[in-house]
Amino acid sequence: MKRFNSSLAFLFLALAAVGCKQKNQNVIRVGEFGSMTGTEATFGISTHRGIKMVIDDVNKAGGINGKQLELISYDEGGKPEEAVTVVTKLIAQDKVDIILGEVASSRSLAAAPIAQRNKVPMISPSSTNPKVTEGRDYVFRVCFTDPFQGKVLARFAREDLKAKRAALLIDKKSDYSVGLADFFRKTFESLGGEIVIEQNYAGGDMDFKGQLTSIKSKNVDVILHSGYYTEVALTMKQAKDLGIKTVFIGGDGWDSPKLSEIGGKAIDGHYFSNHYSVDDQDPRVQDFIKRYKALYKEVPDGLAAMGYDAALVMVDALKRTNGQVGPVFRDALAATKNFPGVTGVITIDENRNASKPAVILKVQGDGSYKFVKRVNP
Amino acid sequence: MRQIKHLFIFSALVLLMGFSFSNFLGIYHQTILALCGINIILAVSLNLVNGFTGQFSLGHAGFMAVGAYVSAALTTLWLPTLTNPFLMTEIGVNLFFLFALLAGGIAAGLTGFLVGVPSLRLKGDYLAVVTLGFGEIIRIFILNIEPIGGARGLIGIPQLSNLYWIFGFVLLICIWIHRIVSSIPGKQFMAVRDDETATSAMGLSTTRIKVRSFVYASFFAGIAGGLFAHYIAYLNPATFNFNYSFQIVAMVVLGGMGSLTGSVAAAILLTGLLEALRPLQDLTGVDLRMVIYALTLIVLMLTRPEGMFGRHEIWEFFKKFKKSPQGFVR
Repeated sequence: MKRFNSSLAFLFLALAAVGCKQKNQNVIRVGEFGSMTGTEATFGISTHRGIKMVIDDVNKAGGINGKQLELISYDEGGKPEEAVTVVTKLIAQDKVDIILGEVASSRSLAAAPIAQRNKVPMISPSSTNPKVTEGRDYVFRVCFTDPFQGKVLARFAREDLKAKRAALLIDKKSDYSVGLADFFRKTFESLGGEIVIEQNYAGGDMDFKGQLTSIKSKNVDVILHSGYYTEVALTMKQAKDLGIKTVFIGGDGWDSPKLSEIGGKAIDGHYFSNHYSVDDQDPRVQDFIKRYKALYKEVPDGLAAMGYDAALVMVDALKRTNGQVGPVFRDALAATKNFPGVTGVITIDENRNASKPAVILKVQGDGSYKFVKRVNP
Repeated sequence: MRQIKHLFIFSALVLLMGFSFSNFLGIYHQTILALCGINIILAVSLNLVNGFTGQFSLGHAGFMAVGAYVSAALTTLWLPTLTNPFLMTEIGVNLFFLFALLAGGIAAGLTGFLVGVPSLRLKGDYLAVVTLGFGEIIRIFILNIEPIGGARGLIGIPQLSNLYWIFGFVLLICIWIHRIVSSIPGKQFMAVRDDETATSAMGLSTTRIKVRSFVYASFFAGIAGGLFAHYIAYLNPATFNFNYSFQIVAMVVLGGMGSLTGSVAAAILLTGLLEALRPLQDLTGVDLRMVIYALTLIVLMLTRPEGMFGRHEIWEFFKKFKKSPQGFVR
């Protein structure tokens, strides 16, 4: 009985969630949600570090128009339904003025309707699915979308690699992969290229020899592999075994240390498009990398750079409104033009997507990426 | 007369809960309450299989997914194509929502039947593995259907569910399950749990009894899924992975296998605990929530291995019954 009472008491204690916080006029509240735990924990942690660097810089420099920035971050463990809870908490309890997040499109898609309904501007650092911002005038992103990436790759293949005949290798299970290949096809054909063959697989497959043999017989100049790093690395290995020397190209789904871990030497000489490059000699980029390394003792990945840029774009818009938030801030954000970020010059277009350059990287056998060129929109 | 009185009390209770929850609480606390309510339905319905019938099922999230996707597909894809003017009105939409919820529940119940008939001939660990497998099959199946979003998830679900709907169903389902387990078929569930051999020696088909309990549970899980889909307004197959099934099992075990009020309390505790611990992150800087969550489970299981309430219901503690009203001595 006693134990039962104590468990009841515990229950009520757990239920007694904390009350509302006081709204301070001299602080701009920035809410962040991300996956700090779970299978995609590195995504959330990297993004958070990038964001925190900007917030600390601004506060050290005296804030915006005398107002300090307060960052409130919550972990949603990579679960869409928890993203809904924490974004509701950010808006209702913490009364944030701006929301930053998320990396994965699924969580952004879950949270965006809430931000829109409550008219709180939300900036996604790196959700590339077109649906995230579609029809929501309070939801923005600072990364490019999948259609743009498809275009960039097609232009690179056609103009730089001088490819005429291309093959597509598509992960039918992934929305990202299918979309990327579709947009690649459109641009490539409009530039006078020809898609000779299209082969499909399902994410998680291990054997690509069948698809590769069919592609080999068609004698193509370039192969677009629009999937994620695990399958990409396996495909390259098997292509090497089959004696295929054709160049592979792909999207930001390749960007992972796992690519060289799995692929070994076979990944040497292939190209993919990404958000930024650590080899970019632009002083802004090098300065960011140096400071990030000093703070966190590792080289920033693409997601850290995107988090950094999302926060920078937010601060830039806040400076233009003199620290005012709400609809004025939303309009300022929408008017962002030629903003120099670490991942390129960012302009927010009429669909609240970032129009910005992508970089083409060449994969080296030792797992590092060599900067090839920057492709402007 | 008695039925009318009960119906009246029931509606008054739902209105009171819905009204007080939606008017005196902010949207954040409402969201937590809504998730509590959905988890209560899931835990209570799983208790029917795991607690009362003594069969260990690990695939509850799969049935919830069926209900969620079927009802959401009806309201998201089918409803906008209908031109009946009645469906444009507030009442019409809500009636359609009720229809969608029931359709989701029935689809889940049917899936439960199809899964249950072959697998409930197995016992213990084997059954657990088979249900775990089926739960995953359902999820992967949904992942591959393009019209409902596939891997991207289903977007644009109308937010029709609210605290009135959720707590209406919580009350209804709790009462319903309580009545099931107090009835003769419910006694058969417990007979299977306590001694399967003796039950079949009495001339009862134990497989039929187990399948019946399984179908009830899947039906209720489907309803919970429908409520969930229309509250969160976004569905992703990743939500319904086996982790979710484990969480529901944890609620049932923690509350006490065979105690409905125990499941209710455990569902509220486990759902609320994770949210209540959020401020801790501000204080310590690291996310200790999952550590404390796990520690709570370990400590509670060590101190009360039979669950918080054992096989008792909450009122039995206050009345100090030696014997439970069901007639068996624990």
